[in-house]
Amino acid sequence: MTTKTAPARGTASPAESRRLSINLRQSGIYVAFALIVVLFTVLTGGDLLQPQNISNIVVQNSYVLILAIGMILVIIGGHIDLSVGSTVALTGAVCAVLTVQWGLPWPLAVLLTLLAGALIGAAQGYWIAYFGIPAFIVTLAGMLVFRALTMSTLGNQGIGPFPDEIRSLANGFTGGYLGNVGLGPLGGADLVSLLAGLACVAGFALSQWRKRVARLGYGQTVDPMPVFVLKIAGVAVVVMAVVVQLARFRNLPWVLVLLAALTLGYSLMANNSVFGRHIYSIGGNLQAATLSGVKVKAVTFWVFVNMGALAGLAGVIFAGRLNQAGPTAGMSFELDAIAAAFIGGAAVQGGVGKVVGAITGGLIMGVINNGMSLIGAPSERVMLVKGLVLLAAVAYDVWTKRRA
Amino acid sequence: MSEEVLVMRDITKRFAGVTALHEVSLTVRRGEIHAICGENGAGKSTLMKVLSGVHPHGTYEGDILFEGEPCAFQGVRDSERRGIVIIHQELALCGQLSVAENLFLGNERARRGFVDWNRTNHEAQQLLDRVGLRESPTTPVNDLGVGKQQLVEIAKALSKEVRLLILDEPTAALNDDDSQHLLDLLDGLRSEGVTSVIISHKLGEVTRIADTVTVLRDGRTIETLPAEGLSEERIIAGMVGRDLDDRFPPRTPDIGEEVLRIENWTVHSPAQPDRKVVDDATLSLRRGEIVGLAGLMGAGRTELAMSVFGRTYGVGISGRVVKDGREIDTRTVRAAIDHGLAYVSEDRKRYGLNLIENVQRNVSAAALDKLANRGWVNENEENSVAERFRRSMGIRTRTVSTPTGTLSGGNQQKVVLAKWMFTDPDVLILDEPTRGIDVGAKYEIYSIINDLAAQGRAVLVISSELPELLGLCDRVYALSEGRVTGEVSREEATQERLMQYMTRGQGS
Repeated sequence: MTTKTAPARGTASPAESRRLSINLRQSGIYVAFALIVVLFTVLTGGDLLQPQNISNIVVQNSYVLILAIGMILVIIGGHIDLSVGSTVALTGAVCAVLTVQWGLPWPLAVLLTLLAGALIGAAQGYWIAYFGIPAFIVTLAGMLVFRALTMSTLGNQGIGPFPDEIRSLANGFTGGYLGNVGLGPLGGADLVSLLAGLACVAGFALSQWRKRVARLGYGQTVDPMPVFVLKIAGVAVVVMAVVVQLARFRNLPWVLVLLAALTLGYSLMANNSVFGRHIYSIGGNLQAATLSGVKVKAVTFWVFVNMGALAGLAGVIFAGRLNQAGPTAGMSFELDAIAAAFIGGAAVQGGVGKVVGAITGGLIMGVINNGMSLIGAPSERVMLVKGLVLLAAVAYDVWTKRRA
Repeated sequence: MSEEVLVMRDITKRFAGVTALHEVSLTVRRGEIHAICGENGAGKSTLMKVLSGVHPHGTYEGDILFEGEPCAFQGVRDSERRGIVIIHQELALCGQLSVAENLFLGNERARRGFVDWNRTNHEAQQLLDRVGLRESPTTPVNDLGVGKQQLVEIAKALSKEVRLLILDEPTAALNDDDSQHLLDLLDGLRSEGVTSVIISHKLGEVTRIADTVTVLRDGRTIETLPAEGLSEERIIAGMVGRDLDDRFPPRTPDIGEEVLRIENWTVHSPAQPDRKVVDDATLSLRRGEIVGLAGLMGAGRTELAMSVFGRTYGVGISGRVVKDGREIDTRTVRAAIDHGLAYVSEDRKRYGLNLIENVQRNVSAAALDKLANRGWVNENEENSVAERFRRSMGIRTRTVSTPTGTLSGGNQQKVVLAKWMFTDPDVLILDEPTRGIDVGAKYEIYSIINDLAAQGRAVLVISSELPELLGLCDRVYALSEGRVTGEVSREEATQERLMQYMTRGQGS
């Protein structure tokens, strides 16, 4: 018995250290994000974390973050989508035509716009999944085609202004339904926002607790209690810090509420649904997935439909934010979304990546953008830094993989 | 006729502790056709790789004398400079380029860096005439069949003023007419004084064309015989002469009624739709039975299995798959799995596992629906399933969240087996289940296979190792050139008998 366990333990330790390095690779992104936030907080003399600026970062990057959620799934599946910038422009134009020119009620118009985005995704997904053309080519064609369709839809001019509801979805804030409460030296803050923040934290803690209980019920190992409590406390502190700052400014941006819901929903989908698992298995080993009975074509198709629908949502929000649908909307958004996914830990070969990682990747770029403009850096330098960060992130990923 | 053009003396080659060649010697005389025979894994291809410099001088022990001079090849270029040309089973041609471009690839007929097309095409035409290929030199290689591509390879070798031509399984992928033409060509080249070494499984061809036969087994030279008057049985005796030892766990078969029958199954090659890879094969499996499928490289074993399992190989498939007396639809992998079929691929890294994903997620991959409620996976249930298989199958990893890419070959194979056991199949097709696995782990895999049969499942084992089939199976089918050429029970099965069936060609 002893002779049997000894070598087993010996072989487990390199595997264990490898697992550690994989964890390091995945958590490296959050550490990097924290460091970048600290760096720019110092460089801007604290302006980065001012209530209004946090709100700006969220609102300014919301559409790229929404695109990044769709893009990470595409990349996990082993594909790429270069057309999302043009899709944002086209769906924004569709939304403008529906609301401004046809005068449809805004909820119907938004729904139809999302449907248009899904149809765009379906058209591309068909060629990729069922016809077997590489996604790079199909979506490169889509990038040109949908930009052209945008221009002919708009007649080469902007259409606006949008109804207030759509504008506030992009730009607006939750109302101060319960008034303000005093927070001592921090001044007044919106009660609804604070309660929402507390509800989030409580929900997170509860779900973690239930997960822990279930795992214990199945006789699995769990984090020791102090680690468990520390994790929840850490999340609570970060969430409440952001919420308090926002509550001191103008309550929660609607788009933040939307983003939070999307991030949560898509994370669950990616990790715990059969569909999400199939995306990972296709990207991880296409042949093995095929031989395991995964309906590879259907899954690929729906990943692109989803990407299109999310691009439609981003299109509505971007147009609403500018209060106008323009022919040049969404230029190079695809590159920002792809960069966000790769900075957030996606692997070029597919099969690896997390929704939260992509969001973090997008926020890293958002903070760099915002922080550098606060300190008055010229835009070419911002571009330079973003390019180098992308290269560094992927180089780090390749390097850790080679060591593993 | 008696001059020794090539002498390989006491060649020993090791790979990470495994001895692939053990003091192998080979002597080839000028102007002869020398055949090398042996089972899969006997060391034939390794020996040729040593000779051609793929395994450079210094990575092996022993001496090579070519035309009386010692050789120390560092790579293929070195051996080609001396006139040794090897034509591999997988042809090395650029499909989009023309015949002429391929013939002079890396050796272009050029003047000051610019290709001289007139000279290129003219010389190409002369080479094509020499090998008897009536095609234009400007034809893209992709437009030619495999048989003609083989001739292009030989023409390419002739363009390099070949002194020793080595062909690895030259006729394995060819139909009868093309094989015939190729053998005639080799015969013709011999009368022009070209020396050839051919590696072949088709003993009928060997006895017909070769002057001398060298038999390898388990990385050793067994014997070198003149082909004059040599019988196929005599060669087979040399190829298999090996004893069974008790490397197999004991088992008492409990065989029930028939569960699966594959009837008149015919599959065509996707690359050459006129060539039958599986030809009118019929076989049946019973509950609790372990059935072997024997065949040499290119016999169509994997092709048969994959074409049945969701038509993942082949075109123009015809035939019936009958399960429990009713014909079933296995046209998609999902349908095959739902009908209780499972196929464990011979290449677990390429077709079996998601190496970047952990053990747990690999185990659940083929039957995720069983763990899901309305599309949502119960991860805790998934974890306990994976844990259960880890314990019952002895998968050596500390936790099931270890990535499968970090496990040893034997443990990876157990993960693949666990994945398919979780689908609860009635019929398992195991393709080379012990390839690349060390002896101890093999025993464990055999025990698992026995357990599967004891649970009332039918198991079809495809293996290149005859002792494995004899030790494991209740019944063995032999496949040769896509046809079922024999069926022997455990009692009647001997390696010699199987090898006879496996080498039985359609023409001979």
